[in-house]
Amino acid sequence: MGVIVILIIVSVLVAGGFLMAFLWSVKTGQMDDDYTPSVRILFDENFENEKSGEQKIKVSNKVV
Amino acid sequence: MLQETCYHCGLKCDTAIQIKEKYFCCDGCKMVYSLLDENGLCQYYDLSAMPGLKVKGHFVSDKFNYLDNLAIQEQLIQFKLGDQAHVVFYLPQIHCVSCVWLLEHLSKINPGIIHSQTHFEKKEIKIIFNPSLISLKELVQLLAFVGYEPVIHLGGNDWLKKKKVNKKQLYKIGIAGFCFSNIMMLSFPEYLSNDALELGSLRHFFIYVNLLLSLPVLLYSASGFFISAYTGLRQNWLNIDAPIALAIAVTFSRSAYEILTQTGVGYLDSMSGIVFFMLVGRWFQDKSYDSFAFDRDYNSFFPLGVTVLEQGKEVNKPLSALVKSEIVLIKSDEMIPADALLLTEGAFIDYSFVTGENAPTALMQGQLVYAGGIQKGRSIQLEVVKPVGQSYITELWNSPLLKTEKNVEKSFVHPWSQYFTIVLLMIAAVTGIYWSVYDTHKILPAVTAVLIVACPCSLLLTVTFTYGNVLRWLGKRKLYCKNASVIEAIHKIDTIVFDKTGTLTNHEDTQLEYIGLPLSNSEMIAVKSITRESLHPLSQMVTQFLMLQVSDSTSFQKIENFIGKGTKATSGNFEIIIGSLAFLKANGISHKEEYDGSVVCLAINGVFKGVFKINHTYRKDIDLMIARLKKQGYQLHLLSGDHPTERTNLFKILGQDIPMLFEQSPADKLQYIERLQREGHRVMMVGDGLNDAGALKKSNVGIAVTDQTHLFTPASDAILEGNQINVLSDLIDYAKKAKLIIVLIFSLSIIYNVIGMYFATSARLSPMVAAILMPISSISIVALSALLSFLFSSTIRSKN
Repeated sequence: MGVIVILIIVSVLVAGGFLMAFLWSVKTGQMDDDYTPSVRILFDENFENEKSGEQKIKVSNKVV
Repeated sequence: MLQETCYHCGLKCDTAIQIKEKYFCCDGCKMVYSLLDENGLCQYYDLSAMPGLKVKGHFVSDKFNYLDNLAIQEQLIQFKLGDQAHVVFYLPQIHCVSCVWLLEHLSKINPGIIHSQTHFEKKEIKIIFNPSLISLKELVQLLAFVGYEPVIHLGGNDWLKKKKVNKKQLYKIGIAGFCFSNIMMLSFPEYLSNDALELGSLRHFFIYVNLLLSLPVLLYSASGFFISAYTGLRQNWLNIDAPIALAIAVTFSRSAYEILTQTGVGYLDSMSGIVFFMLVGRWFQDKSYDSFAFDRDYNSFFPLGVTVLEQGKEVNKPLSALVKSEIVLIKSDEMIPADALLLTEGAFIDYSFVTGENAPTALMQGQLVYAGGIQKGRSIQLEVVKPVGQSYITELWNSPLLKTEKNVEKSFVHPWSQYFTIVLLMIAAVTGIYWSVYDTHKILPAVTAVLIVACPCSLLLTVTFTYGNVLRWLGKRKLYCKNASVIEAIHKIDTIVFDKTGTLTNHEDTQLEYIGLPLSNSEMIAVKSITRESLHPLSQMVTQFLMLQVSDSTSFQKIENFIGKGTKATSGNFEIIIGSLAFLKANGISHKEEYDGSVVCLAINGVFKGVFKINHTYRKDIDLMIARLKKQGYQLHLLSGDHPTERTNLFKILGQDIPMLFEQSPADKLQYIERLQREGHRVMMVGDGLNDAGALKKSNVGIAVTDQTHLFTPASDAILEGNQINVLSDLIDYAKKAKLIIVLIFSLSIIYNVIGMYFATSARLSPMVAAILMPISSISIVALSALLSFLFSSTIRSKN
């Protein structure tokens, strides 16, 4: 039964790790905006996939 | 006419401006498209259809010249080091995914922009840029060019900083949630064990860990309840937090006592659970609309910089540095920053925002121009007579009348919780007396159990979650309330006062009407070609009006402009005199009738033809909304700053039985509200302009109506979008149902309390019963609140 004591301690520590992660995320402002990131993640950053081929050249010239 | 819609902004295209198969409504839209196309940013158009914003009016690039001033730059730039500068702008135009995408890819257009990040709900953009590659002015010009002109005001970006997420509350919720779930888990064996499980020493280990875990909940997460209860008691006032703090304290002490004396396991799971739920409820209720500023002072209405003439040269300087007798240059559509004398020959100032007058006022050289007006037409020069802080409008704002605080009434929740507490203490006393007769050992357990079970937390949960839900549903119909107490204030309203200009009428959409002898086509063409030459706003309206009738144009032989009076011209064989009635009379044209308000009179070849009259367009379905409000028993009033020219029209829309007052100054409006309140009414004021600011503040509920993005709203309790005013009656009705929802749910929680009481008074409240009762009651309350708010919102949901 003694092993349960260790397991409990470990489980509380693991949960505490998540709590710390939560507190850290609040502190660093990750909870400030709960909408925009959900939009941002869907953006397709691949500029090579532009519809017309001519734009591709222009992009590669412009983007530093 | 083409049946195409603009590829950029989605408006109908009248002219054939196109690139390949894509049509545009104007050159502005086409230019934005070309810029994006050139930079490979056309994904903007793929993310949502026709996402663009039509750049209204002409794009004046020198509008932002004041941003070259270093003092102004310092006010705006948050942080600057070497080749990096950080700046935050408020862009109310942000409305869709494409906006976010484009704004976050600005660096593709100009390499001087290092990084840009938007905050959709606050409608803000944070830009990191390289000042040596792109100046602040160029940055703002670029934003304005693609359709997102930042709102920059005298107050600078100070008000942006005020809006911060309440992080402390999130910490408290996080810690309470962590402790609650772990305590629950460790208490679980206790619920099952009827000594069937041989836990032995493990049992003590579990409960000691529980005790340890409950400390942060008691000391940190629940601290708000104790502080609020303490401050309430010091003011001899028992608020809702007092019985809650008592229940938490009693629960913890009894649990600690049981654990330390090894006589029981306590109710720590219930205690931490209830603290967690209550904190979540408060957070849910307080989550407000980030992009709105409800408390603005005059600073946020004025521009940040002005153009000053110094020895004939145009110099940009911050508005705060403007002093008496300086000469300022005001361009078309700019706001007059300070009371000043007009130096130019004539001007047309739109005071609608300040006074509520609908038509622009014509002013002559040497007349006083008041701050807050907007110049229409050409540029004018003004000599400042009073510094910004002392102008009529700011004095109005700072007047002691406005300083009077609104009497915020205490929420009905507090008296309820007081009765609740009294009843609770009585039950506890009776229980104590009962057990002192039968079994003295059970006095303490039974009395503490009563206090543990019957905490008014279910009342608090009901209230916070219901208000949170109702606020959200109202927000979906574009009525944005400042906080939950606004809903309670709406419950008690019996009188509603309306403003006219901008509230009942749509200020953006004025229409011209021609009254008089019919005009032939050739006459209309001639008049049009003459009015087209004048920059006078009324003249331009006439041109637009005639443009709809006839499309041809002609030339004129002779034209004479008299600024502020009218125009004399000859075109073909017509001799045209157009202008004010006095101007026509001065030219020997007699006319008997007098006209109220703004009219343009027309005479051709010495004969009076007729007048062009500005007509107010009322918002859609106002009359229906008014009728519904009357039926619901509200007393309605109308206060207008405008002339009584519209009286007959208003009678038709509002009915004869409504008191209507015209030519009301801001102070008159405020006093009118005050008088109504003294008569015992609870007043809701619905207005829009600065002239309503006092009344909005004084009233029990002040609703600011706004058409464009929330640029111009005086301080108010709630903001309503102009096109939603026709459902105002439904919105009020729904807000009133919040109380019904609370009563319904609260009666349900009484049932839970009775069950709990049965166990408590009989001194049989086991931790397990408490642990089952607590989550069931909390979760059912939350769910029921969401369900009822949804069901009752059907009236406002159906009207789309």
